Amino acid sequence: MRKRTATAKILPSEITPRDRYLSRRSLLAGGLGLAAMQSVGGLARGAFGQPPAALTYVRNAAVSVTEAANSYQDISTYNNYYEFGTDKSDPAANAQKFRAQPWKVTIGGEAEVTGTYGLEDILKPHALEERVYRLRCVEAWSMVVPWVGFPLGDLLKRFKPTSKAKFVEFKTLYDPQQMPGQRSSVLDWPYVEGLRMDEAMHPLTLMTVGLYGKVLPNQNGAPLRLIIPWKYGFKGIKAIVSIKFTERAPRTTWAISAPNEYGFFANVNPAVDHPRWSQASERHIGASLFGPRRPTLPFNGYAEQVASLYSGMDLRKFF
Amino acid sequence: MWQLRWIIKPIVFAACLAPALRLIAGVLNATGVAHIDGISLGADPVKVMLHTCGRWTLNFLMITLCMTPLKDLTHSVFWLRFRRMFGLFALFYVLLHFSVYLLLDQSGKLGELWQDIVKRPYITIGMLGLLLLIPLGLTSTAKAQRRLGRRWTQLHRLVYVIATLGVWHFWWQVKKDIREPLLYVCGLTLLLGYRLWKHRRSLAQFSAARIARTDAA
Repeated sequence: MRKRTATAKILPSEITPRDRYLSRRSLLAGGLGLAAMQSVGGLARGAFGQPPAALTYVRNAAVSVTEAANSYQDISTYNNYYEFGTDKSDPAANAQKFRAQPWKVTIGGEAEVTGTYGLEDILKPHALEERVYRLRCVEAWSMVVPWVGFPLGDLLKRFKPTSKAKFVEFKTLYDPQQMPGQRSSVLDWPYVEGLRMDEAMHPLTLMTVGLYGKVLPNQNGAPLRLIIPWKYGFKGIKAIVSIKFTERAPRTTWAISAPNEYGFFANVNPAVDHPRWSQASERHIGASLFGPRRPTLPFNGYAEQVASLYSGMDLRKFF
Repeated sequence: MWQLRWIIKPIVFAACLAPALRLIAGVLNATGVAHIDGISLGADPVKVMLHTCGRWTLNFLMITLCMTPLKDLTHSVFWLRFRRMFGLFALFYVLLHFSVYLLLDQSGKLGELWQDIVKRPYITIGMLGLLLLIPLGLTSTAKAQRRLGRRWTQLHRLVYVIATLGVWHFWWQVKKDIREPLLYVCGLTLLLGYRLWKHRRSLAQFSAARIARTDAA
């Protein structure tokens, strides 16, 4: 992780190297392009094949897995995003008209710098990287996804969290007009997720804005979502509008919904089963129909990097 | 009634088979053997196959249970001529469901299957429902029906238990959105409730008749 000193009067966010500036420009241009396409109406609706705006990024091979990534088609048409419906094909079908810009994010809680910022200001100082991560859903299926984003820790440091900040709480947009799933009470809306401070600052935790080198499709959580590759997918909150530093652990949506089935940590763990199904293995999306299930790896294969965060903790209790 | 045997029944039979044929077409597409337009099993074909077969098992159990109420409502035994076919299709789809689970999802590992049956309540009850349905399939012939006589009717009342286990199996594995299993619960409650109501009414009529007889004597 890059180190930044907090001594300068000029906020780090105000200095923008040229390449990053350019990447931001292309992101914005891309966003505008997407908006223009959507204003055409029916054209953009329901069509997954439309080319979303390209991003400027550097590939981070050091943290990327070498396994083949799943197809854009699979990743963008098969996922859980209950705000758009509970079926895994619902997000792709129902998110096409979602307006991911303009977008604002509110920073609050135990930090020196708080307030509401436009997405451009949030993204401005950060260089984008592509990281190919494994994704393991709590429902025992998995994918490999080339995300584009930047370390969440780099963003959080800009707001100078105080010593009281022990956790970070994230919230998804609440807008039943745009998100039809929020009209049903299947979950407590808005969706809330949280991380312990050390998890949030871990270099693998990715603030994500893109997929396959392009702006995130609406159904995958545009314009801003989290990816924590060693945790079950539901921890990766989408369409983030609020980031709050807190002293106590936030109450997270799935843990509220079924506390015996989903915990705050939700680390991928083949040794701790879901009460109703096994977590020991997974069905890999895109694998041969007759291929075997794959064994699930502790911390989804990222144990070397993250297991130390949980040393001394009973992972059966803190599931 | 040659029309029933040679026209209506084959059409109904083909319609019952359609979901399975669609899955087979989907498998051919997914494995690259064929390219049939408009049929795709999506990103997780095994799950689609499991769920499709599971749903159609429940659908056929419900349809089978609809035949007697339809007979009563329309005062026609026409419906009963399809009951065996629908019941056997329920068995067909549950066997497919089980085969996909064992051969594709669990790669044919019997050890894993046993682990699942023992550890996961929803699989335990699903398996129980499947096992109970087999004797009903085996005794579905006219010959078995004649041979078993009254016991045949008693045996085939197991379908009430089987349908309940099936719906329960579905309910227990849904992550959060219970709307669909709830529909089956409503359907099943209606169909079993009707039988209970009919049974109590006939009991009442029987005892009323008996009282009338004793009075006359």
